Amino acid sequence: MEMLLDAVSWLLILIGSAFLVVGGIGIVRLPDVFARMHGAGIIDTVGTCAMLLGLMVQAGFTIVTIKLVLIVVFILFTSPTATHALARAALGGGARPQVADSPADADAGEGDSPSKT
Amino acid sequence: MMFAAAAIATLVTMVLTVYRAIKGPTVYDRILAVNVFGTLTVVLISVHGFLTGRPEFLDLALVYALINFIGTIAVSKYVEYSHMGRPSGGDELGDI
Repeated sequence: MEMLLDAVSWLLILIGSAFLVVGGIGIVRLPDVFARMHGAGIIDTVGTCAMLLGLMVQAGFTIVTIKLVLIVVFILFTSPTATHALARAALGGGARPQVADSPADADAGEGDSPSKT
Repeated sequence: MMFAAAAIATLVTMVLTVYRAIKGPTVYDRILAVNVFGTLTVVLISVHGFLTGRPEFLDLALVYALINFIGTIAVSKYVEYSHMGRPSGGDELGDI
């Protein structure tokens, strides 16, 4: 039983670590701020929750687990709110998402149509 | 061993995030990077508590999660409106 719990904990922590690093690479590599929010979302949801779930499996049924559940709930509530506020601020501040080829440009015909971005 | 791996992954991600916060072309990239850095700090504090066998650090992580959220909202609002809010005019008090 102890070994099984350790294995589950290892698995969850490894999944969390992998998603954290993937999200970090996304934050560095993606082209603009709206795309980078995807990397932030990966870190805030799957990465953090999987890692804290792994810690919960290690802790067992104690007060530590309750605190970890509280942290997960707080992060799951606050992270989308903060990202939403940031996206609205970015749109209001004049940042526009990069569009590779928008349908309006495709309908206007091929050739050197002015870029809408 | 397990917690050390988790801490190393978190630190690597923090380095990537700090790179974006320093380089980021717009101020929104920097806010996003600082927000994610705060979330990673919460994870790192939790893992450190387990790493050293002192889970009391989770209280700090809990408080840090709250402060991080408030800070991100405040900075986003400040950047968007150039102030932190004022009554919306007239006799009634607007939201602050």
